[in-house]
Amino acid sequence: MSKREFMDEHSHKHHESHEPEDGLRILSATHGADEVAPAPMTEHKLDLAAVRAKLQSKTGKQYWRSLEELAEDPHFAELLQREFPRQAPSEWDEGVDRRDFLKLMAASLAFAGLSGCGLPPQEHIVPYVKQPDGMTLGKPLFFATVMPFGADAIGLLVESHEGRPTKIEGNPDHPASLGGTNAFAQASILDLYDPDRAQITTNFGDMRSWSQFLDSAQAAAAAIKSVSGAGLRILTGTITSPCVIDELQALLKLYPQAKWHQWEPAVSDGGREGAKLAFGRYLNTVYRVDKADVILSLDSDFLAMGPGNVRYMKDFYRRRKLTGPTSEMNRLYAVEPTPTVTGATADHRLPMRASDVEIFARALAAKLGLGGAGAAAPGTEKWLDAVAADLQKHRGTSLVVAGEQQSAEVHALAHAMNGALGNSGVTVYQTEPVEATPVNHLQSMTELCADMDAGKVDTLLILGVNPIYTAPHDFDFTSKIQKVRNTIHVSSHFDETSAYAQWHVGESHFLETWGAARAFDGTLSVVQPLIAPLYSTHSAREVLAAFGDNPGVSDYDALRDKLKTANPGVDFEKFWRKTLNDGVVANSAFPPIAGSGSKFSAASLPVVKTLPSDQLEFIFRPDPSVYDGRFANNGWLQELPKPVTKLVWDNAALVSSKTAENLDFTHKTASRGGEHGQIISNVIDISLSNSKVSAAAWTLPGQADGVVVLPLGYGRSRAGYTGTNKGFNAYVVRTSNALFTATGGTVEKTGEQYPLACTQYHFNMEGRQILVAGTLNEYQQNPNFAHEHDEKPPYDDSLYKPQDFPYAGKPAWAMSIDLNSCNGCNACVVACVSENNIPVVGKDQVMRGREMHWIRIDRYYEAESATNDPSSYSDTLDNPKTFFQPVPCQQCENAPCEQVCPVGATVHSSEGLNDMVYNRCIGTRYCSNNCPYKVRRFNFLRFQDWETPQLKLLRNPEVTVRSRGVMEKCTYCVQRISNARIEAEKQNRPIRDGEIVTACEAACPAEAIIFGDQNDPNSRVSKLKAQQRNYTILGELNSRPRTTYLAAVRNPNPEMDKA
Amino acid sequence: MSDAPLNHPEIRRLTPVLAPGHTYESVTEKISDVVLTRPIGIGWLAGFAVAFSLLMMLTVAITWLIAKGVGIWGINIPIGWGFAIVNFVWWIGIGHAGTLISAILFLLNQKWRTSINRFAEAMTLFAVACAGLFPLIHTGRPWMAYYMFPYPSSMGIWPQFRSPLIWDVFAVSTYGTVSLLFWFVGLIPDLATLRDRAPHKWQQYIFGGLALGWRGSARHWHRYQSAYLLLAGLATPLVLSVHTVVSFDFSVAIVPGWHTTIFPPYFVAGAIYSGFAMVLTIAIPLRAAYGLQDFITMRHLENMAKVMLATGLIVAYGYFFEFFLSEYSGNKFDVFLVQQRLHGPYAPFYYTLILCNILTPQLLWFQKVRRNVAALFVLSLVINTGMWLERFVIVVISLTRDFMPSAWGRYSATVWDYATFAGTLGLFTTLLFLFARALPAISIAEMRELVAHQSEEHE
Repeated sequence: MSKREFMDEHSHKHHESHEPEDGLRILSATHGADEVAPAPMTEHKLDLAAVRAKLQSKTGKQYWRSLEELAEDPHFAELLQREFPRQAPSEWDEGVDRRDFLKLMAASLAFAGLSGCGLPPQEHIVPYVKQPDGMTLGKPLFFATVMPFGADAIGLLVESHEGRPTKIEGNPDHPASLGGTNAFAQASILDLYDPDRAQITTNFGDMRSWSQFLDSAQAAAAAIKSVSGAGLRILTGTITSPCVIDELQALLKLYPQAKWHQWEPAVSDGGREGAKLAFGRYLNTVYRVDKADVILSLDSDFLAMGPGNVRYMKDFYRRRKLTGPTSEMNRLYAVEPTPTVTGATADHRLPMRASDVEIFARALAAKLGLGGAGAAAPGTEKWLDAVAADLQKHRGTSLVVAGEQQSAEVHALAHAMNGALGNSGVTVYQTEPVEATPVNHLQSMTELCADMDAGKVDTLLILGVNPIYTAPHDFDFTSKIQKVRNTIHVSSHFDETSAYAQWHVGESHFLETWGAARAFDGTLSVVQPLIAPLYSTHSAREVLAAFGDNPGVSDYDALRDKLKTANPGVDFEKFWRKTLNDGVVANSAFPPIAGSGSKFSAASLPVVKTLPSDQLEFIFRPDPSVYDGRFANNGWLQELPKPVTKLVWDNAALVSSKTAENLDFTHKTASRGGEHGQIISNVIDISLSNSKVSAAAWTLPGQADGVVVLPLGYGRSRAGYTGTNKGFNAYVVRTSNALFTATGGTVEKTGEQYPLACTQYHFNMEGRQILVAGTLNEYQQNPNFAHEHDEKPPYDDSLYKPQDFPYAGKPAWAMSIDLNSCNGCNACVVACVSENNIPVVGKDQVMRGREMHWIRIDRYYEAESATNDPSSYSDTLDNPKTFFQPVPCQQCENAPCEQVCPVGATVHSSEGLNDMVYNRCIGTRYCSNNCPYKVRRFNFLRFQDWETPQLKLLRNPEVTVRSRGVMEKCTYCVQRISNARIEAEKQNRPIRDGEIVTACEAACPAEAIIFGDQNDPNSRVSKLKAQQRNYTILGELNSRPRTTYLAAVRNPNPEMDKA
Repeated sequence: MSDAPLNHPEIRRLTPVLAPGHTYESVTEKISDVVLTRPIGIGWLAGFAVAFSLLMMLTVAITWLIAKGVGIWGINIPIGWGFAIVNFVWWIGIGHAGTLISAILFLLNQKWRTSINRFAEAMTLFAVACAGLFPLIHTGRPWMAYYMFPYPSSMGIWPQFRSPLIWDVFAVSTYGTVSLLFWFVGLIPDLATLRDRAPHKWQQYIFGGLALGWRGSARHWHRYQSAYLLLAGLATPLVLSVHTVVSFDFSVAIVPGWHTTIFPPYFVAGAIYSGFAMVLTIAIPLRAAYGLQDFITMRHLENMAKVMLATGLIVAYGYFFEFFLSEYSGNKFDVFLVQQRLHGPYAPFYYTLILCNILTPQLLWFQKVRRNVAALFVLSLVINTGMWLERFVIVVISLTRDFMPSAWGRYSATVWDYATFAGTLGLFTTLLFLFARALPAISIAEMRELVAHQSEEHE
């Protein structure tokens, strides 16, 4: 009764202004005057207040016979619709009679009962590594799963606390991970708990049950079947899941005239078509980076983007680990238009326009005897000669890698060069494609658009992609989709495309569904859910199945059936458990195609024209943080400083310093935040391909002149709270004939300025001993080169005598970071955010210099002359050597922060950790002022989100969620240390080396970060610290950090200098 | 600080510390009337209204601060300390003049201090009150600030005594307490005078209670003078210690621009410099408003100007030595800091500071300027501004560019920073306005002593 009264009260508030006569009329209706016809909508107003008043004015008990007397009134329905727009069933639009109303009420009651009683069928998931007798509360379990991403999938181990996944680690048994992860994989867990996710199935924005959708789908399927599938189109991204593909093939078989289209916006068809040119058909290329001594990247960011990037990073940097001056290293040459993490840390880097890369590749191919009359661009011949000589010197152990955004010709040339250099089958091999049915995506999309335009498409199923946002603008997908009678969109968020779809189905996260995916080398893995779907979401396979003839099969059953049929003659239950446990289907990698020598001759290529040097070239690249836009609503990635630019929350049109000078672009350091936060940039208008977009301009050292990089993935209009309207939308100026490289556009400076959030603007070390780097030759000549400028004070040069705290007989935790292995990929930063419940503060706070990351990656450019004169930078700005340095808390033994804290909130542990006691901290910030490394982070405001329930599930229960007013910083993942210590003490043994792995260390795909006990001379960290390359940042301050660095060593080609 | 020229009979005649012709009666009447009988004027009301509005702004600013957190200010990483600490050091510096005038000049038997010591002490107390507010509210969790005191915690946790902030707590609270006691003890005879002259019963009760039964007997005077002398002796080292300890907040830290041994004397000199400037800023309008030119004479103003000139030169020496030491040591961080001050983004602040604190005060070499009330007033404001800028340069600019170039940042105050600063000016002036009406702004007892001395000299 009280609820009803509340309803009345509520309505009363909304309608108290209505005239009383209407209310009287209603009242007369409640008294049984059935014959009173509802007045026209506009005049008739329902006044519940008056009803209520009238009821109250009566004495004694009052009865009204049934609710339908109210419900029958269309205005009551309208009122409900207004109050609960999503819940109002559409049937009410036509008015509801009493019987229908009762039916609905009964049905909803029954459904409520059903969902309360029925249990979903039991689906076993198997924990990895530790198989507990029963779950111990407070003890996390780890489950193997895999994250599908384009034509790749990264094997993961996901930490689960009492049934909720909280942290992602790499799966050491999975070939695409080998234990490492990347920033996308680390951040994907936040997507699971994203409160903006689509949570239900909707039809025109109205909520629908899944069974309603199934009914509707089956009805549509019947109609489709009657025309044998004509008019059915399915649009997906790149799919490697055999389950989804089975379902698709089944549909295509069922409806022979239906068509399947694919569209992946950020990856070009160059790779596929290049393989076709070289081998006559689509093939997948796998690199054996571990076997290559000399690698040439033709505009490829293979260490950070594209299939196998985590694995390639592992393999690449394992070949760069130095144990002493006699160690050998691989060598990487990079030719690229804009600095990527791969190119920026290459031993030799040659900036050139994206369109010139092909000319370079042709010239190189000619030099390697592949025919063609390629000549290198002026100024690059010597570079090219040196590379060609080096590649030829390393026949069979060299490797040429072409970039994902490069043309088919470049890919074909790379295949041909690898063939000519004897690398095929050694450092590179081809397999059957990982994608089930590779097609030319652009062609596929063109066909789809043509069909839509011609009105041939009746039903369009869009699975996971967002074509309204990502399709080339000349396709005008927005107007074409409106010609489709019935569009069904399946996506994680109600995005730009969803707004134009009749039906929208919320897509389950990969941590919520059963599935399968193939990795870059074909290895099959099971996508194992960690949690039941948080909302009424479904997988793409389920939606496909809904249109087939067997719609009820669950993902779990479909997957098991698939695996059972694919693996006949094995003990399936055993196989199933092993597969789930390991995270991979054993021996499922595709075998190399033997003798797949390239049939490609460079001479067959048509002549290319060089772009006039005064013309600007515009290139479209996936953003290092939000990729093609799919991660736009992920706050961790939005707030992740992009590796090279260090921009957050925005993209910017990147130009070289010379181009910026020519176009008169400048940056201004804002007075608020300044170098550590806010840079004011020029707004430019980019007119390209009959379209126009305004963007912030950013000058990037090392970029090729005349190139404007337009990073994709921003400017979303419907991404969610976090991602909407951030940055500019580069898709707006992207056309089908210039998907990755466009010319003929102009750039015009507007008078406006735009503040960009940049976490590190200053790039010069000012001659300080912060990042030490040398060449392999220097290292061999002088193994002690890292200490040439040491000014170390005596060990006990302190008021507080170090010998009073010898840290003997206990572990002394320490960290070694190998700068030789860091390319700034950011995996550690996101891993740290995830492990340590670090809040997202937003662009405004970052611009004030208040981001909260416990580990940051500093980026420095090597200036040729170490002076303070800014004019001396000019030479290095064109192509600087770039270095990255991860900076977590240095955990100083003689910590400057500890001595100044008035309340002892930051104190030393007996194992040498510099601990923060949040409860004791009163927030004077003195410790941060006195920290020479500036690794401390302060909760200036209440940065944590304490309200959103989903985010509560996300948090690591072992780490305090900090409130405002307290200081925080890297703890060396003290919770992990404690866990290991407890285990060791239970077993009465010392903690083993490698037992404790910090979050950053675990995530690092390059194995640059090693943590351990420096009191144990046999620990990995002790051995690394014993190397002569080992040094401390700002050692002269006598802070005696436990975090030390191994100097970076580059391996330039000595011939190059001579050249 | 030589008094030699003043002892020249010609100058003494021209600029007495007390205008001639005053008797015990006239002195008492003139000073106590301000408190007891003079009606509240429109000027006082207007001034008080402005000051009180600013005080209300302070309460709003602090309320918002406690509701939202220190993030409403312009501070960030790496600049963890901004306006709050600048203001703290500035106010503490201003709070130095009172005790210096009362205690040190008392011990040095400088009679001219008599007419200015009372309100200078009051000013000290109010400045310390303003200063004390900042360390409290600048913490992230002010409700936990009691952790800084060594109270018997059930968890057995003590403050961290190696931290200069803890030394600050003791230094500032001791200074505040001793200043209050010194001020109050000095007030006792005057409170008794007011009690005796008060026309209303309630005034008699209040002043009577505060006078602690002072009857003016010889024994009282004897005890009083011993107590006053002892307190003066106790307060004297505090004048030096407080700002020394405040300077430790910086010199103990390793931040380039903070970590320097010259800070203690340089801070003390700076404090006296700004303190005397503030005394002038207050004394000049006060003597005009209440017709106290007879008591606060040109000689007072001139003496204070000389003190400012002397301490200003010490401060200039400090600036010079900061430069010299950094260049001489060759420490790359210190050398860089000097470069930053001269050429960095905050260079205009530094040049303004030099203009305000070093160049402009050189005008005080000229007697004409020293004896020009308007010029002195302007100069005192200039010096106050300069000393504020000095703290800004030290606290903020040093933090913007320290060891790790990757972490360099910039600072810009928000409207709440300005509101809080202006608010403490409001608190300070509100208290001064109330003081001027509620207590004798000049020590009646000591003035009467001066009358006695003067008549002795005449005889």
